[in-house]
Amino acid sequence: MRGFDETLLDEADETVRVRFVVNGRKVACEVAPRETLVDCLRDEFELTGTHAGCEMGACGACLVQIDGRAAHSCLMFAVQADGARIDTIEGLTESGAIADLQAEFHRRNALQCGFCTPGMLVNASELLSQVAQPSREQIRDALSGNYCRCTGYEAIVDAIDAVAKARSAGGAR
Amino acid sequence: MTAPLTSLDRPNSYIGRSLPRPNAKRLLAGRGRYVSDLRLPRMLYAAFLRSPHAHAKIVSIRTDEVRALEGVHLVATGADLAKICTPWTGALDHFKGMTSAPQLPLPLDRVVWAGQAVVAVVAENRAIAEDALELIEVDYEDLPIVVDIDGAREAGGPLVNPGTASNVCFRSQLDSGTVDDAFAHAAHVVEEEFSFGRHTAVTLEPRAIVADYDPAAGMLTVHHGTQTPYQFQDLYSRHYGIPEAHVRVIATDIGGSFGMKLHVYHEDMAVVGLSILLGRPVKYVADRIESFVSDIHARDHRVRARMALDAKGEILAMDVLDLTAIGAFSTYPRTSVVEGNQVIRLIGAPYRFRNYRATLEVIFQNKVQTSQYRAVGHPIACAVTERLVDMAAVKLGLDPFAIRAQNVIPDDAYPQTSPTGYRFEALSHQACLKRLHEMMGYDGLRAEQAELRKRGIYRGIGIATFVEITNPSPAFYGVGGARISSQDGAIVSLTPSGEVRCLISVTEQGQGTEAIISQIVADQLGLAQEHVKVITGDTEVTPHGGATWACRGAGIGGETALQAARALKRNILEIAALILQEQPSALDIVDGEVVDAGTRSQRMPIAEIARISYFRSDTLPPGTQAQLTVSHHFAPQGYPFAFTNGIQGCLLEVDVETGFVKLLKHFIVEDCGRVINPMLVDEQLRGGIVQGLGAALFEECRYSETGQLMNGSLADYLVPMPMEMPDIVIAHVETPTADTELGAKGVGEAGTAAASACVLNAVNDALAPFGATINSIPITPTKVLKALKRF
Repeated sequence: MRGFDETLLDEADETVRVRFVVNGRKVACEVAPRETLVDCLRDEFELTGTHAGCEMGACGACLVQIDGRAAHSCLMFAVQADGARIDTIEGLTESGAIADLQAEFHRRNALQCGFCTPGMLVNASELLSQVAQPSREQIRDALSGNYCRCTGYEAIVDAIDAVAKARSAGGAR
Repeated sequence: MTAPLTSLDRPNSYIGRSLPRPNAKRLLAGRGRYVSDLRLPRMLYAAFLRSPHAHAKIVSIRTDEVRALEGVHLVATGADLAKICTPWTGALDHFKGMTSAPQLPLPLDRVVWAGQAVVAVVAENRAIAEDALELIEVDYEDLPIVVDIDGAREAGGPLVNPGTASNVCFRSQLDSGTVDDAFAHAAHVVEEEFSFGRHTAVTLEPRAIVADYDPAAGMLTVHHGTQTPYQFQDLYSRHYGIPEAHVRVIATDIGGSFGMKLHVYHEDMAVVGLSILLGRPVKYVADRIESFVSDIHARDHRVRARMALDAKGEILAMDVLDLTAIGAFSTYPRTSVVEGNQVIRLIGAPYRFRNYRATLEVIFQNKVQTSQYRAVGHPIACAVTERLVDMAAVKLGLDPFAIRAQNVIPDDAYPQTSPTGYRFEALSHQACLKRLHEMMGYDGLRAEQAELRKRGIYRGIGIATFVEITNPSPAFYGVGGARISSQDGAIVSLTPSGEVRCLISVTEQGQGTEAIISQIVADQLGLAQEHVKVITGDTEVTPHGGATWACRGAGIGGETALQAARALKRNILEIAALILQEQPSALDIVDGEVVDAGTRSQRMPIAEIARISYFRSDTLPPGTQAQLTVSHHFAPQGYPFAFTNGIQGCLLEVDVETGFVKLLKHFIVEDCGRVINPMLVDEQLRGGIVQGLGAALFEECRYSETGQLMNGSLADYLVPMPMEMPDIVIAHVETPTADTELGAKGVGEAGTAAASACVLNAVNDALAPFGATINSIPITPTKVLKALKRF
């Protein structure tokens, strides 16, 4: 031990045990109370598909599903999500839940650098779970919490529109 | 189907075909490998204490308490890093007379902008490092600050660099010599002063770097979210005194760049030094506020310009003064004067007139540095030119299309040299204008506009012609002494299993570099695209080259790949000819099979040639040495730049009660030469246009009088969102450059180049019934209401 003032580290040192169901598996870890969920997912569970873009809930790069609904993992402390079911881009990919969206994004090149893409897909999935056949306006409106600096958005809107139509034509999923 | 066969019906014809990017599937699955994701064994994390003052003397720095904090490994100040890092100066020889102060990773005794990094802390994790910053005490003594352009130019006013004569970094003048005469004899003169808001790139992934110095090997490895790994290999080597071969820079997936991530940043240089001091990997990822206060900004210009015309509307002359403020020093190594230089050289570029005079003054101020960001200088030049053309059209009672048709350089008049010295090989303004007119349904839009005005709905229609600089030769940086390459290199191999691997110096930031390179290689060699693997972005693996910037990836990197693939094909056919007892010229490769060139009948798979060459060379004729790896370099020759051109159109609606502008539709006709992948080209145009539309209506780095950035967050700095953006209609004219076999030019900046000019013209068109005009971007609701005298 070095001669440091122990009071300096009291808060930072303290950790709390949290348990989640992440991408269908029970997991647990020790987190500092101040650790956000996005940092916890990325650092403790190495789920680096969830991105931190603004750390204030503006850009949407950190969107994950918490108990089935899209939520900003940067606006939540990990301890607040204790006991929750959390699905990230990795889990949504493995389960095939958004395979049609991913395929359509790929086909239309609705991504460039890909940094916003996981959040974009989580939000698209959320929209289509709430509104089966959204208009282009509704799609653009729903995506307005997801910044993309590369694409200009049109291909993303086209891709979601196409998937909505295909899902409706193919019956309920 | 009986449609006629085209070149795309040939097997393996990938050039000109819309195909998805093979490497995008990883990103869609959340399997991107961004530097911000990287974690190395024994890695530590850096955080920086930043200056709260725009200009101040550093009196003292106290760090004792921090050094004792558990989890803190290193606290470093400017003096600590100055011992191991040599200073840099952002000047180039071909900008005669430019000055800039030497810089170090962290300052020694003076801070020159609010947000400048002053002290670095390296700790077990970022949170501890940030805790530690709170315990550092720095005493500052305020110095007089220089914030706005007028203050900076005031004689006897405060100086950014005390001891210098003025705040001028660089002055330049272009003068064809006959401008005053042309204005004196002009029938019409239009004149305006324009202002352009400072804005910034806002990549979704902030800047990220992991420096990993291994003292045992004397080897520095830097994982760097950058467009230009070779440039940084050179810089880290020279400034830290490590032999170049012992410096490796790896640029994996990059969450957006747009020119912003190719400049030297103080934190990045510091992180390399911190890793050298510690002998451990050190990571730094800027958070969003740090990005806003330390990423380069751009486009802080004020331009006074006038245009002279004859009675019929023929443009006779232009006279321009461009003042631009660049922060406290010129950016390294590309400088901060390129933008202004391109503004004064691109103004008027689409048009035929010969009399031109321009003065550029580049000025220091106490703000963060500005430098090259997507479409460097183009949006300023385009807005100034195109607004004046529209003002002239109104004065002369001409339609915006008519005055442009009358004045653009005719498509059959090339080659041409602009009054500013740019040499144009072949442009297509007339074809583009015609196409845009049809595509917009222009006459219908005008009729609808007139009808709606009667009902109090104010729509605006704007167009803007542009010229874009692409495929730069050494005339861009090399001649100024910068070790920035204009050539590219590729290593193409036939693998033992008959696939092809291409290592190439151009890099990928999501625009589709790897996709188009694999299309070109597959097309030229004659095999399926999925059998071509492209590797980019690692100085240890890929050959030295310019990488990706200034719209050079497709034009120069693509030509490099094309020539390398042709060379490999020759080598493969030489071996095939020996095996098959034929002349090489009698053979060809189709779909991975060597075929008879005339009949196309299959002779043997290239996989078999690979097998024999690699494993049974004893069966080849004596003296045969199969060369199934080709390394090839290509440097552009001929024209110093491959200029492209195009025209954009915009339809919008202004709410004259609230000042809000609603974009309804955007159009572009663009000529980037040979199109390699139409879908990716269109996506470049759309993304570029939306960045230009952001500049037009929303984006501005707002500063207080004390030089504090007031809107450094993604809630306060307005990035375009999907709801505000229009659908974009695209058409192409293809005028390939004859300087290369491929014929491709760049396309990444065309969208940004003219979008804001187009909106400026459209808003002014919408406001015409009120006699109100706007000469400033971003066009905020406040500015619209002020123009309408309603605010």
